[in-house]
Amino acid sequence: MSFKNLTRRGVIKTGAIAGAGLALPTYLRADGHSGFTNAPQGDTVTLGFNVPQSGPYADEGADELRAFQLAVEHLNGEGDGGMLQTFSSKALDGTGILGKKVQYVSGDTQTKSDAARASAKSMIEKDGAVMISGGSSSGVAVAVQALCQEAGIIFMAGLTHSNDTTGKDKRANGFRHFFNSYMSGAALAPILAKEYGTDRKAYHLTADYNWGYTTEEAVRSSTEAMGWETVNAVKTPLTATDFSAYIAPVIQSGADVLVLNHYGGNMVNSLTNAVQFGLRDQTVNGKQFEIVVPLYSELMARGAGANIKGIIGSQNWDWSLEDKLGARYTGTNAFVQSFGTKYGFPPSQAAHTCYVQTLLYADAVTRGGSFNPCSVVEALAGFEFDGLGNGPTLYRADDHQCFKDVLVVKGKENPENQYDLVEIVEVTPAEQVTYAPDHPQFAGGSLGTCNPGA
Amino acid sequence: MDAIVIQILNGLDKGSAYALIALGLTLIFGTLGVVNFAHGALFMIGAFCAVTFSKFLNLSHIVIDETRKDFLGNPLKVEVPYIYDFFGQATGDAIIDWAVPLSIIFAIPVMIAIGFIMERGLIKHFYKRPHADQILVTFGLAIVLQEVIKYYYGANPIPTPAPAAFAGSFDFGAMLGFDPNQIIYPYWRLVYFAFAAVIIGAVFAFLQFTTFGMVVRAGMADRETVGLLGIDIDKRFTIMFGIAAAVAGLAGVMYAPINSPNYHMGMDFLVLSFVVVVVGGMGSLPGAVLAGFLLGILESFASMAVVLETLPGINQIIIYLVAIIILLTRPRGLMGRKGVMEE
Repeated sequence: MSFKNLTRRGVIKTGAIAGAGLALPTYLRADGHSGFTNAPQGDTVTLGFNVPQSGPYADEGADELRAFQLAVEHLNGEGDGGMLQTFSSKALDGTGILGKKVQYVSGDTQTKSDAARASAKSMIEKDGAVMISGGSSSGVAVAVQALCQEAGIIFMAGLTHSNDTTGKDKRANGFRHFFNSYMSGAALAPILAKEYGTDRKAYHLTADYNWGYTTEEAVRSSTEAMGWETVNAVKTPLTATDFSAYIAPVIQSGADVLVLNHYGGNMVNSLTNAVQFGLRDQTVNGKQFEIVVPLYSELMARGAGANIKGIIGSQNWDWSLEDKLGARYTGTNAFVQSFGTKYGFPPSQAAHTCYVQTLLYADAVTRGGSFNPCSVVEALAGFEFDGLGNGPTLYRADDHQCFKDVLVVKGKENPENQYDLVEIVEVTPAEQVTYAPDHPQFAGGSLGTCNPGA
Repeated sequence: MDAIVIQILNGLDKGSAYALIALGLTLIFGTLGVVNFAHGALFMIGAFCAVTFSKFLNLSHIVIDETRKDFLGNPLKVEVPYIYDFFGQATGDAIIDWAVPLSIIFAIPVMIAIGFIMERGLIKHFYKRPHADQILVTFGLAIVLQEVIKYYYGANPIPTPAPAAFAGSFDFGAMLGFDPNQIIYPYWRLVYFAFAAVIIGAVFAFLQFTTFGMVVRAGMADRETVGLLGIDIDKRFTIMFGIAAAVAGLAGVMYAPINSPNYHMGMDFLVLSFVVVVVGGMGSLPGAVLAGFLLGILESFASMAVVLETLPGINQIIIYLVAIIILLTRPRGLMGRKGVMEE
């Protein structure tokens, strides 16, 4: 061993690099002493909003981000307070969270699991986000939820509808306010029976990924239970744009109902193609041919234009809920007023669920008295609340899924304006869409225990 | 049998789009020798010409209706199109209804202008560069164009319906003697197929029967010799680039009612259109058209439930599979010319 090449400058350089290397983990985990990841320092707390800002769901992501910004304003005591005034829990007082001013960072999921994980990781490690929320895809939600569990961060899911998010892929650090495929099936079945009868032959076109499978399974099992027969179920590539080749065989199959387990651009195109091919003008087996879209969204309805008229589907929430169905859905109007005044148009259900999730997180921290994820989990699990637009709601402890009323909607025949696209056919009470935690559609996986991280 | 007929019909309209895009690609490749990856974006811009023209016809002024309320409970602001003021409501509605076919008039000059600007402003600087450079720059341009469209029009599809007269579908099977309601075909797809046939015929006629076309064909065969004869072949090729852009644009305009336009639709067609060009034979215009229809029909057949049950996932790879087989057996493609891309 020789020290011949040892120079003063070299020692300083090596020492500086080694020192920085050793200090980096401490910098990234400055909360080490507090017992959980990214414990807020100083008088601010940072939340991370991970939404699709590019790609096919960018418009949905933009609406989610608007809602997050509004929620942050309201938490910090700015604006008209929105749903803070109607929320059954009165822990939040507009002074931030536990007296710390709320600030936020945002990331772009690009609706891709790997990009979503990378942006969530960056917000956690570089920006010190103590909670991650957002999403517009179940694949993204499941991936980011797993990341948050490993990192010791709370994940408040945005728009994700697959059973798996709170089924086989559930995690203790993850919570979902949005409804799921099973609930859509359970809510739709009685209405479909009432509107179209119990002797029907259904043909499913299903998007070839996680959400499509669980939605098809949920709708099939609930419609078959009431007497419908499933004639065929065909998987369609997520990248498909022209569905005519899939639509044409429907007519020849003897089916009299087409179920489109599609979302976003897929749904807009498949529905448009189905209507173009005259399916809705057909009479099959002596019955009028019908189309069902299990998961509706306002933005999709706008994309489908006049083709959406009369099509039945389900929704988590609608901006006209309180006006049409009364005070049970209090909070809706307060949110629509805030959002509409700030942005000039009514919020989508994606915006609603993101806004509510932010408030619920802030409330849980405040009630628990700590940002520690385990304290948040304890405060949210089994929490019953009201006044956030969906009526009385339970955050079930077994799987961290919210249970509340589900809307069955129909595309409006004569919309009065560009936002008035759906009419509420019926509200299915929460009891009818509630299932056992070990229901076969949610089997596998385990919630595990909360992870506080550092 | 009826299932086969319906898939052939489905393949025809998809094939029409492939053929029109591939025709433009081949025109550009055959004349300028450029592999233009921005061609799909031109198709997309064409569709957005229809969207823009439709929005233009719907430009409105606000009239406050005190009797109705908006979502915030304020008096409803009703948008009244200016076109009502000029032509009355009935005529105005009829013009708005026919927005897509009318937008052809708007799209042709716009697309030719975009073609000129693209060629003169960017692509001409890459004529002497390797094909890899041309692909990179045109692909980059395609991304820029689609992001510009997304910035102004959003990421969601924009419904652009066909005129009410062509909105429905008809029983094609009954006309052929099949059972009723077995082969239903939308009117607009038939219009699209007929439109594509007219455009393809017009391009061929232009190249075959005009002096301009003759010079271009001569230039495609031997650019240097035509140049030595004192003909400014570059100028004519630039015009051909504009024509190719217009063909892609018109394919996009008329496609708008089939699938609501979105910023990504060009990319969805681009890769397949390149496969069409290669299968048809680089530089061969009839080959591009033939391969366009052939692959469109094959794709439709591969999406049949009965085929998918036997060979799951075949619908996603059939085009590439057939392309491999054709290129193995006929390396120059179906109607490829000797010497193209072989030096």
